[in-house]
Amino acid sequence: MSRVLELESISKRFGSVAALESVSFDLVLGEVHGLLGENGAGKSTLMHVAFGMIAADAGRVIVRGVPTRFRSPRDAKRLGVGMVHQHFTSVPEMTVAENLWLAAGRYGAEAGRRSDSSTVTTAGSRLRRRLWEGLAPNDIVSSLPVGAKQRLEILQALAVGGDILLLDEPTAVLAPQETSELLALLRDFANGGGAVVLITHKLTEVFSIVDRVTVLRAGRVQSTGPVAGQTVSGLTAAMVGTADREPTVETSDSLGPVLARVDGLAVRGREVVGVAAIEGNGQRDLLRRMAGVLPAAGAEVIEPVAFIPEDRSTEGLIPALSLTENWVLGLAGDARWRRGPLLDWRAAEARMDQVLGEYSIRAGGPQAPAGTLSGGNQQKLIFARALEAAPRVIVAENPTRGLDVHATWFVQERLRRAAAAGAAVVVYSSDLDEVLSLATRLVVISRRRVLQVPPGASREAIGAMMIGATS
Amino acid sequence: MSGSIAPLVGFLAAAVRIGTPLLWAAAGEVLAERAGVINLSVEGSMLAGCLGAAIGAHASGNPWVGMAAGLVAGAIIALGFAAVAIWARTDQIIAGTALTMASVGVTGLIYRQATSGQVTGLSVITLEPLAIPGLHSIPLLGPVLFAQPLPTYLVGGAVLFIWFVLYRTTLGLRLRAAGEAAGAARAHGVRVRLIQTGAVVVGGALAGFGGATLVLAQVGTFAERMTAGRGFIAIAIVVLGRWHPAGIALAALLFGAATALQYVFQAMALAVPYQFFLMLPYLLALAALTGVAGRVRAPAGLGRTVD
Amino acid sequence: MSVLVRLRTPVVASVLGLAILALGLSALGYDAFSALTALARGAIGSWYAFTSATLVRAVPLIVIGLGIAISFRAGGLNIGAEGQFSAGAMAATAVGLVVGRWPGFVAIPVVLIAGTLAGAAWVVVPVVLRLRYRVQEVISTLLLNFVAEALVSFMVQGPLQESKRTYPQSDPIAVAARLPLLPGTRLHLGFALAVLLAGLVGIVFSRTIWGFRLKVVGAAPRAAEVTGRMDVDRTTALALLWSGAFAGLAGALEVAGVTYALFLNLSPGYGFTAIAVALIARLNPIGILFAGLGFGALEAGAAGMQRDAGVPAVAVSVVQATIIVVALLAVARARLARPEAAA
Repeated sequence: MSRVLELESISKRFGSVAALESVSFDLVLGEVHGLLGENGAGKSTLMHVAFGMIAADAGRVIVRGVPTRFRSPRDAKRLGVGMVHQHFTSVPEMTVAENLWLAAGRYGAEAGRRSDSSTVTTAGSRLRRRLWEGLAPNDIVSSLPVGAKQRLEILQALAVGGDILLLDEPTAVLAPQETSELLALLRDFANGGGAVVLITHKLTEVFSIVDRVTVLRAGRVQSTGPVAGQTVSGLTAAMVGTADREPTVETSDSLGPVLARVDGLAVRGREVVGVAAIEGNGQRDLLRRMAGVLPAAGAEVIEPVAFIPEDRSTEGLIPALSLTENWVLGLAGDARWRRGPLLDWRAAEARMDQVLGEYSIRAGGPQAPAGTLSGGNQQKLIFARALEAAPRVIVAENPTRGLDVHATWFVQERLRRAAAAGAAVVVYSSDLDEVLSLATRLVVISRRRVLQVPPGASREAIGAMMIGATS
Repeated sequence: MSGSIAPLVGFLAAAVRIGTPLLWAAAGEVLAERAGVINLSVEGSMLAGCLGAAIGAHASGNPWVGMAAGLVAGAIIALGFAAVAIWARTDQIIAGTALTMASVGVTGLIYRQATSGQVTGLSVITLEPLAIPGLHSIPLLGPVLFAQPLPTYLVGGAVLFIWFVLYRTTLGLRLRAAGEAAGAARAHGVRVRLIQTGAVVVGGALAGFGGATLVLAQVGTFAERMTAGRGFIAIAIVVLGRWHPAGIALAALLFGAATALQYVFQAMALAVPYQFFLMLPYLLALAALTGVAGRVRAPAGLGRTVD
Repeated sequence: MSVLVRLRTPVVASVLGLAILALGLSALGYDAFSALTALARGAIGSWYAFTSATLVRAVPLIVIGLGIAISFRAGGLNIGAEGQFSAGAMAATAVGLVVGRWPGFVAIPVVLIAGTLAGAAWVVVPVVLRLRYRVQEVISTLLLNFVAEALVSFMVQGPLQESKRTYPQSDPIAVAARLPLLPGTRLHLGFALAVLLAGLVGIVFSRTIWGFRLKVVGAAPRAAEVTGRMDVDRTTALALLWSGAFAGLAGALEVAGVTYALFLNLSPGYGFTAIAVALIARLNPIGILFAGLGFGALEAGAAGMQRDAGVPAVAVSVVQATIIVVALLAVARARLARPEAAA
């Protein structure tokens, strides 16, 4: 078997943090190589080195036996390496054809010199034809469904040809059916003489298509080898270090009264309602109307309501302002520091200081800018603030996105505890596994309609409801 | 019959003549804005272009030396703006205001110095209208479009060229991508800040050329603050023209017409004070922004600092 | 932050600005040394120069600067203070001409309030355009500067022209409407008002919910809306109106305290200079007080420089531009230096 890509003893530091410590990795033709690890383990950084986006502090990149120095992704592309990033890299207001030309680095690169988009060929190998399904050269990208956007990303990665494909969590935004289609495409690509690196933290994906798997933890390789013979618990242990903690709170069987109702979604006290939905089906609007962030005609919600937005740094917190200011941002009406139009900053700061201890938030003190906190500590602060007013209803949007395993555990635990204490909790997550593990009851939102999921429904059945394929 | 349309011809020809410097500046601004940079120093570039043109033409006796000097002067101001706004990553709007202030000061200083001891100011030889054989005798259209000074014909070519670059070249594709989604563009190897700098500097050069046109094809001399907000009007023209070269050409013509109206009304000896005609282009700009803003989409990354 | 650190940027900016001016003047063949001495003499050469030139010019800069700080804090970029200043001056003149029979303690407030309201009214159109049509206030406020200029020109040659109908200026306003002066100087009561306003705005910024809202809406509108449950549009609109009101008040103070009449080009660019004042003070009201004094000295010195050394006063806008740029660079550097959390 020929090694097409070798990374030798790669090290990389960001400031005082060692992102990669002497990591070695290799990829052979015909394989799908899984790269597994928690958030922050260094998976993306390693692939960014392989794609020329980041220069390693030490180590070598060898492509097809030849040591190379990538100065930019352009160099990597020239050697046949393509990458699909965690975030879409298409320009939303441009056409599919323009995006492909942008990726190829040349206008009209697909066919001849003409820039007319009709010359973009949609023909080609069986693989290319499948990637093109539902796409037309003149489509404006922002109007495409998520699955099609993700396939466009792959077409972009392959726009200059190439047989090495690096994908950074490509299924994070996809529904189960779209996910299995994408995985099948990747399998085809590898079987047809390509090589694939698949970054993921989902073990189901690893066991379905991956040939070999490398596990990273805290910037070091924990294990590498064929998937055959590996177990879920073995891989989990390699990823996380310790076994998963079990929830300490059992949710009660006896439900409380309905505390929130909007558009056919009624939530009772003591339950955690999980919302499963594909991006763009109106779930965010519905949740925000329930939380009172958007004006809600016809919503009946018992105050106080707490809302945990997905985007911590633009909606949940203001990175440039101090922790105390961020604290007051969500609790401006609290009589402990608010007297008429006046704000007593000392009182707010005193309370913030206590909260840092109560929630063991690691920070330089109440005066520190929120942007200096890690993602996990930011989310702790947001939860502490949300729970400070003893909310009856808690609405959370992807509350664990981007968090490491301990912070994820903290968030899930807090939500369960709040429900056990009588609050109504609604959680939307784009990760179906999280919804399944957290919720006491499940609903699907598809095309702005709320569908009740019968207890014990299979993942496939839920997936079918999500894409609106119910008969 | 020709007598009856003479006032109309005069009005339309004036509209084209007055619209020409505006279109130069707007053409420059459209490049910057499509690359994601809102450049308020376009006013300063225009003003610098005016002075450069006046001094260049005065010193050499050749208006085309003046045009070239105006181009360079406009580019210099834009280079200063690019250094502060793009490379030092500061607020584009404030940086643009500062560079315009600097331009007012520098042009004022240099002008006083250049004219010290002279009473007449910087009088220059202006560019005479250049009738295009054949075309200029087409009724109405001929005298309006084809008996103009050379910069008017050139701006038509410049706008066509910008359209071609934006929509038919790899460079234009990269420039638009930089203005729409800088992160995505960078992921595909586009050097975003370099492209933005290029767009801003070329844009400033075009604005300087517009200022030079104002001096050498219209006014015939320099005066302090003589651009009087034409650069800001050019920004409004870009919005009204929906960030498209063809659109800004029409919008510039509209503003030329609004300004030319004051001559028509003055000729008609209406009882309306002339100051209200002075306001007209600015009020029209406001009204135009109202009509199109919200219904058209600016480049998604416009005004955003790129890290 | 220690006082020394706070002062670093303004000091560096001023020194750099003056150095660039000196270099530029030398390059153009002026005597830079005598120009700068003339500048210093004009600003602080005597008690009279300090009070009657520097402090008098500081008043509009401080008052407009405070208003700009309010709007910039909330993310509203009002760069049309020049026009709002003119609107305030026109209204103050119109009212000041007809209050001759009123006692001063009534006439003066009425004149100042008229100017304040007119300044706010001049921002109404940009505010409405921003809220209803998403027109950027940067462009609309700028364009209205030129409209105001034409309107002043109309007023002093039309409805408000002096009774002999010769000069483009208004009659002097009633004596009752004029601000009291510090004996022996031309310094008027408006300076005390400017100091008072700086303190007041300082308290609003640091101790009230309203000041906090401004800061949050300007720093992160999404967070203000989602987490702070604030009405972002309303907050920004109010901030813009207040900034117009401050600029209008400055126009009224200029008429009631300095010129006593409406002229063409009443402001030598106070509306733009005040942007520099507000930025170099990092939108801090007490900082604006001192920055206003500094820039007032610069304006006063510019007049002295033109008079004594023959250097055009417009040259100081180079200094002002340099100071803005240095202030911008300092802010950008602070932003880049701040450690961001790893995602």
